[in-house]
Amino acid sequence: MTDGAVGARVVIVGAGHAGGSAAAFLRQYGFAGAITLIGEEPIAPYQRPPLSKAWLKGEADADALMLKPESYYSEHNVDLRLSAVAVAIDRAARTVTLGDGGTVAYDHLILATGARARRLPIPGATLGNMLELRNAADAERVKAILGPGKRLAIVGGGYIGLEVAASARALGAEAVIIEREARVLARVACQPLSAFFQDYHSARGVTFELDAGVEAFEGETNVTGVRLSDGRVLPCDAALVGVGAVPNDEMARAAGLACDGGIVVDLAARTSDPAIFAIGDVTRRPLPLYDRMHRLESVPNALEQAKQAACAITGKAAPAPEVPWFWSDQFDLKLQIAGLPFDVEEIVIRGNPADAKFAVFHLKAGVIVAVEAVNAPPEFMMGKNLIGSRKPVSIDKLRNPTVSMKEVAA
Amino acid sequence: MTKIIYVEHNGTQHEIDVKVGLSVMEGAVKNSVPGIDADCGGACACATCHVYVDDAWVEKTGKPDELEASMLEFAENVEPTSRLSCQIKVTDALEGLTVKMPASQH
Ligand SMILES: Cc1cc2nc3c(=O)[nH]c(=O)nc-3n(C[C@H](O)[C@H](O)[C@H](O)COP(=O)(O)OP(=O)(O)OC[C@H]3O[C@@H](n4cnc5c(N)ncnc54)[C@H](O)[C@@H]3O)c2cc1C
Ligand code: FES
Repeated sequence: MTDGAVGARVVIVGAGHAGGSAAAFLRQYGFAGAITLIGEEPIAPYQRPPLSKAWLKGEADADALMLKPESYYSEHNVDLRLSAVAVAIDRAARTVTLGDGGTVAYDHLILATGARARRLPIPGATLGNMLELRNAADAERVKAILGPGKRLAIVGGGYIGLEVAASARALGAEAVIIEREARVLARVACQPLSAFFQDYHSARGVTFELDAGVEAFEGETNVTGVRLSDGRVLPCDAALVGVGAVPNDEMARAAGLACDGGIVVDLAARTSDPAIFAIGDVTRRPLPLYDRMHRLESVPNALEQAKQAACAITGKAAPAPEVPWFWSDQFDLKLQIAGLPFDVEEIVIRGNPADAKFAVFHLKAGVIVAVEAVNAPPEFMMGKNLIGSRKPVSIDKLRNPTVSMKEVAA
Repeated sequence: MTKIIYVEHNGTQHEIDVKVGLSVMEGAVKNSVPGIDADCGGACACATCHVYVDDAWVEKTGKPDELEASMLEFAENVEPTSRLSCQIKVTDALEGLTVKMPASQH
């Protein structure tokens, strides 16, 4: 079967941000064959970022979450199968088996199964009002519980935890963040940024328990408290666990595809089987800028890899690699991050955290490798360009906020 | 409903009735108008929903706020009437608004 020819069949497993986007890019790039999009959730592909932010606060409705309107799929001849789960891949027969026993044949398969919330294997983890936040159904549960006078315990001080804490405060609820490390965002951000976010949240009523181990969740039917390793019990009406995500790569592993904490792919999003692609949170992918493999969990990454797979399948040249980036909204803060802080030799802070407008640049051999920008779009946008071009910059200029970013980049 | 006219870079026009309260970006995405990528879904974080507002409409759509203005300052092919379409809310007063898309958002 020739690529992109009428009659070629693409099957996409996982109807999330990456899978939904791949279907749309295939059609946009002129793919005329059959597309089957299989998703275990009951709703068409939607965006997750608002689930912990605008949507949770009631500032965006369910409609605004959708990637494409419902009518898109029939209009563009995409066979969208919802509430359907893929359970196995037969690489020899080129078929995917579904939970109901049916099979779907493919010429190209795209795995876009995402990641799931990591669970804590401790007593009480299955009590009522124990929450996680990965999909729309989770978000409904969180929203139903939050409100004035409610007390939410959040285990994990990562982006999801901090975003939910900010949204909880906006809804009049109390929020306490319990973090095993000595600072919030320990895995994903630098120390000055952690300190800034902790202070900003504290000033708005979020409380913190750092260096704190969680032993158990207490309660009869519903969770009523979180027991810490020092013996204290923090009372709560609900507890949200946000301690990272685990890639849904089991089906790929069972099919013998190369996996290493995520499905291993190349820059065309191809797996170790040339007929099978993998995209989004489930992949471990090359990062040419940093000369290593990494698993990214972000919308821009899902979109970039969806384009890579769609280009490969339609015979288009692979798109130029992009600088990884991410954003987060908390209270009135806009955090924008570009690049990844690998092997950093020097950190430069531009602007003043006390003004809630500053950026932290990470450099290696005089070249910016990552920037974390708080309410500072010029630093983010120009920093992203400089990371991509690997152009060395003057540290003195970078450090001096009266020198414009255009001049820094000149 | 408010009529918004989206003009692709190649001149193709799309006349779309958009629900009041949505953004100009959402009007395009919901109706599959090509040329507006909107990678961040309206968070004013990506600058891939860039449009040029028709001169006659600049007054009515208003000025970008500080955040939007500084995102635009560093976007590609920016012109004096450039806006991020996710930051323009559709109102009755925008009946007939015409926006033009750049050659590419990336
Ligand atoms: C609350 C929250 C906030 C976020 N905020 C941001 C943000 O601000 N900025 C940012 O860049 N990123 C953010 N992200 C990350 C971003 O949403 C993800 O990186 C992106 O959704 C990844 O897309 P994906 O398609 O790989 O996975 P998903 O969007 O998770 O989609 C995977 C889909 O596959 C389905 N599936 C899995 N296995 C099967 C199977 N066997 N059969 C059928 N279907 C299956 C799942 O049910 C799911 O619907 C956030 C994520 C969450 C959860
Ligand atoms: S959609 Fe990203 S800035 Fe408008």
